[in-house]
Formats: sequence, structure tokens, C-alpha cells
Amino acid sequence: MTITPTCPTPIMQHETVQMAHGAGGRLSQALMQRVFMPHLSNAFLDLLDDQAKLDLPPGQTAFTTDTYVVSPVFFPGGNIGELAVNGTVNDLAVGGARPLYLSAGFVLEEGLLLAELETIVRSMAEAARRAGVMIVTGDTKVVGKGQCDRIFINTSGIGVIREGVDLSCRNLKAGDSIILSGTVGDHGMAIMTSREGLSFQSRITSDCAALNGMIGSILDELPCAIHAMRDPTRGGVAATLNELASSSSVGIEINEITIPVKPDVRGACELLGIDPLHVANEGKLVVAVAADNAQQALDLIHSFDLGRDAVIIGSVVDDHPDMVVMRTLYGSRRIIDLPLGEQLPRIC
Amino acid sequence: MPTPMRYIDEYRDPGLARKLLDEIRRKATRRWTIMEICGGQTHSIIRNGIDQLLPDTIELVHGPGCPVCVTPLESIERALAIAAREEVIFTSFGDMLRVPGHAKDLFMVRSTGGDVRIVFSPLDALQIARDNPSKEVVFFAVGFETTAPANAMAVYQAAREGRENFSVLVSQVMVPPAMRVILSSLGNRVQGFLAAGHVCAVMGYEEYEPVAREFHVPIVPTGFEPVDLLAGILKTVELLEEGRAEVVNRYGRVVSREGNPVAREIMAKVFEVIDRPWRGIGLIPDSGLGLREAFARFDAEKKFHASNICARESPLCMSGSVLQGMLKPDGCPAFAKECTPAHPLGATMVSSEGACAAYYNYHTTVL
Repeated sequence: MTITPTCPTPIMQHETVQMAHGAGGRLSQALMQRVFMPHLSNAFLDLLDDQAKLDLPPGQTAFTTDTYVVSPVFFPGGNIGELAVNGTVNDLAVGGARPLYLSAGFVLEEGLLLAELETIVRSMAEAARRAGVMIVTGDTKVVGKGQCDRIFINTSGIGVIREGVDLSCRNLKAGDSIILSGTVGDHGMAIMTSREGLSFQSRITSDCAALNGMIGSILDELPCAIHAMRDPTRGGVAATLNELASSSSVGIEINEITIPVKPDVRGACELLGIDPLHVANEGKLVVAVAADNAQQALDLIHSFDLGRDAVIIGSVVDDHPDMVVMRTLYGSRRIIDLPLGEQLPRIC
Repeated sequence: MPTPMRYIDEYRDPGLARKLLDEIRRKATRRWTIMEICGGQTHSIIRNGIDQLLPDTIELVHGPGCPVCVTPLESIERALAIAAREEVIFTSFGDMLRVPGHAKDLFMVRSTGGDVRIVFSPLDALQIARDNPSKEVVFFAVGFETTAPANAMAVYQAAREGRENFSVLVSQVMVPPAMRVILSSLGNRVQGFLAAGHVCAVMGYEEYEPVAREFHVPIVPTGFEPVDLLAGILKTVELLEEGRAEVVNRYGRVVSREGNPVAREIMAKVFEVIDRPWRGIGLIPDSGLGLREAFARFDAEKKFHASNICARESPLCMSGSVLQGMLKPDGCPAFAKECTPAHPLGATMVSSEGACAAYYNYHTTVL
């Protein structure tokens, strides 16, 4: 038997993420060309500079950052990519800003399927297009197997605040109405019921969506009547209302009967012993609005698909400052407190 | 209103609740003190503000039926020691992870490298043992008669398939002996009981009949939704007013007199009745379950030589009095001061079923 000596060339076509993809060499370039640029290409990113040079329209600049580590990476109703775009867009929008530019930093785990990465990047591009923002700068790092959970994404965002709008969680005034833009708990329960270890299946899908379109319309119409907006993500509506109450040193009173919860979400929460008010949302809005303008704001929110289930869930009161109290179905009252850390399923 | 959910919404109907409340108000001609046994019932009562709606004649006191609350501190310490071992995957219902031992809780064990996992059933823990043959998988078998059958089943199956890398850390207790302790104590104020619906689903209510006769108290197996609870309270009030010390079932859709024979059989096969210490109360003879000799090799306490680990309670914590209905949570001097859910002194402030946590989280008396 004869052996023909060959000089093997390095493998350049991979199915999975390699350490070398993050080393800044040829494989890094290949990753850019093959996975990122086809979807994210724009006038800023195409320059491949280390920074994006931006001209911002007049007005105060809003700047925010968030890191996304959701598990599982793909969940019913979305994936980590669109979550990373929508989440940061929403954080800008609830401050009264028009979101304009995003950065995206990726931490990839060695062995992540490139096809999965591409799906995630494609979703980011689509989400950015829908929200009307551009991803203008980015970074990729690769860490060894087991050093992260497949993929983490950081996005930062810049927007410009509308003239005459002053939104702050410190602005709530007694008498304000509290509007909730739709059903609670969809995202959190979609994630929880799709995790391993739960032996029931559900049809719950995440509500992951960009809110800037809807928020823009509300602020165009009612620039002064809106006192605060928040997207009730981690900790759910309960955490958001508590933050608003304590920042403004006011009380908030809500009505249990008005809180919209999808039947599947309710069922899953019942089974796991979790309060839907404590469960995360990714496409919902809590609005504090002057009582006289509440109906107008509600009608406006109703005109959007994202807000078709919106309701006035309660109001801001002088009583019990820093506390959120709910009137139950039976007319009694109970405190709605901040959830304490992780949501734990009960024993029996 | 959201879409009605069967077996839930009909038992949450505000109109029906109002009718039952009116009926209770009409029937109660004097003051009565009634204990709901189960922590799940306590939470539903406080969460829905049922205690605020009842007439002044009815006082509800909260019972010992919170599995996390009565699990003794030494069991927690043993769990922490076992969970920290290199070869162990420690599995537990989520509630137990936050219960602090002397210096840490299971979350902290996990953050320092321990493999601690939340499971929803002991059978899931057994599956983890099958999937990880090189690891020792331990399940924290905590609870009342409600969790005992599934825990027994996991051990029974492990024995049948000869699975040697699976064991359970047992802290299993039973309701009737605790009721006897409460009724026998000098300071007892309890005149009637709402028995825990889910416990009765397993055990039936036959075993409560001698308790009712012996101590002359009415006992009413009761569910967990507001309408269930009010129907249970109404029946207890009727029995009290008529002087009838009987057991009358008000959770008919779930509970029968004999309970669930299959569940009772597997329990009896795997477990035997033993003395158990209850957190805050102390040792109660014949109040718990331990593995039978034939299943002793699945006893994590023996396997990991953890029996000698002991612990002492905080002297400030009065959870024993709370668990026996002698003290309301907000009557404790440490309540919402030294003791909060973020810094609990006792398990009644930790568990999602603990009376102190219910008061802290929902109760408007703190307003």
C-alpha cells in the first residue's frame, strides 16, 4: 500500500461555530460574510469600521443597553434575536424616544450550529426592519463549550426624544389612570412551558414585539397627558406597578376583574402556582395617563393589533404610598408585592 | 372577563361567594374559631381576602399544613450537606430551594457548584438517575400525605429496576397526629377544622372520624377555591351551631371516604409510620413516614451518613405558635421587622404556603 503524502489545507467550511470564528482572522471574516452581512448589511455596517458615525436629529438623546440570555434560545413565538432587538427598541420607546440605531454584541458558544445563528441573525434583521431601526455596529466573541448557553446577545440603542414629551416613572399623579395594553404573562409562560422537565405541552406563544409604533402614535396624539410608560418585562406587571408607585411615592389600585389573561396562560399558572402578574411580558405596555385623557388613549391603543386587548386596570391614589393594592373579584383587597427572585413552582 | 375555565371558575364565582357569605352571617349566632389545616387554603383565604369578608363572629386560624414550614431545620441542613457533594445531583420541588439553613440555602449550594435541580415530580428525579448512571441522584421527599404516594412510587420503581444511584431524603409527615397535638394543647382555641382537601383525596376522611368523636370537633374536608372554602366554613358553622362533632365532606368532586386505594397501597408498601420532628412544634409520635427496611438502601440519610447533622432554630422565630393556630403571623414581634421573605427567620415566612409569607405578601393589615 502506498501513501500519497498530501498537505492538508485548513477546513474553511464549518457547520458549527469554532473558536477561530472569534479570533479576528480569516474565519472571523468568513463568519461576517456568510452569516451576518447578508442579513444586516446597511450603509453604516458595510463600511466595516470599528465605530458607526451618526448624525442625530435634534432633541435629547436616549441611550440604553440590555443583554439577552434567554433559554431556550428558540421559543414558541420567537427567538433570542428578535427579543434582543425588540427589547432594546421598547426600552427606548417607553422613554418617549424614537429608536434609531442599535449595536449588537454576540457571545457565541463553540459548537453552536451556524444555521441556527443565521436564523437568529435573520430574525434580528427582520425585527429591526419592522421597528424602523438600523443595527449600525457589532461585535462577535466565541467562548469555549460550556462557557455560555449557546448564544448571548447584547444590544444597545440610541433614540431621540420627542419635543414636549416628559415620561418618567417619577411622574405619576393621584387620579391618573393605568392602562395595560393586553394579556399578561404570555412571554414568561411560553418560556417556562417550553423548558425541559415540564411534562405538559401548551400552545402559549411569546408576545415578543416592538412597541415603538404604537407608542409613537400615543405620544403624537397626547404628548402631555401621558405621564409614564413601562414595558412590564421581568417581574411582570406586578414589578412594573411597584416601581412606578415607589418612584412617584404614590399608591396604585387595580381591579382583578379587569386583568386580561389568556386561558392557556392562566391554566399553566394555576398548575405551577405562579401569579400571572409576576410573569414576564415582551410586547406589552403599562401607561399612566391623566384621567381626562384615559379613554382617548385607550381608543388609540385599541386601534393597534398589539393593543386590541388593552384595558384600564386601575388608577393612581393618594393612599398607601409606594404600594400596589388589588381589589379582588370578591371586593376584598390584597397587596400586590414584588416577586422575590425566581418563580418557584409550589409543592402541592 | 376571560374565558371561563372549567373546574376553576365555577368555584370562583363572586355571586355564589356572596350568597355563601350571607348564609354564614345568618347561621353564626356566636363567635367560632375555625382552623384551616392546609397552607394552600391559607394562601387562598388571604389572597382572596376571604378573612376580610367573613363576619366578625368567624375567626380563621391557620394550621400546620405547609410542608416546607414543618420540615425541620436539621432536614434542611442534611439536604444542604448532601447537595454540596461532588457526585450528587440533588433534586427538589422548587419551594425547598429558598429555605435557609444555618448559613445558606440550596440556591447558594447551586451557585457554588452544586448540581441542584428543580423537578415537578419524583419520577422526573428517577429519570435523571437513569440518564446519569455515574451520578448519585437524590430527591428531597418532603410533604404530607399528598406527596407521599408519588414519592413511594419513585422508590418502588427504582427498586424494581434495581437502580442503585437513586435515593430519597425523607421528611414526610401526616395531618391527623398534628391535629391531635393542637387539640390537646392547653392554649388550644380551635373549635372546628377545614380538613385539607388534597390530603383527603389520598387518605379519605375515615381517619378523621375518631378525631372528631374524641375531641368533639366538627371536621369538614374542604377545597381551595373561594367558593370551596366558603362552603366548607358554612358547613363547619352549621355543625358547630348544631353541636354536631361529625366529619362532613364539602370537597365531593375530589374526596371520597376511603380516599385513593391505589395511592394508599403504594404508600403502605414503601413507607412505615415513625416518629417525626416538626419544625416549630417538636417531635410528634407516629406523625411521619420513613422508608421500610426493604427499601432502606434508597434512604439518602443512610447512604450519605447524614443522620448526625443537627441544627438549632432562631430563638426569635415563633412559627411553632403560628403553625398551631395560637398566634397570627402579624402578632409575632419579629413579623415584617427582623423577619421578611427576603430575610426569613422561620419557614412560615419562606414557603409560598406559609402563613407568615401569605400575610406579608397579600395582607392589607400591613397597610
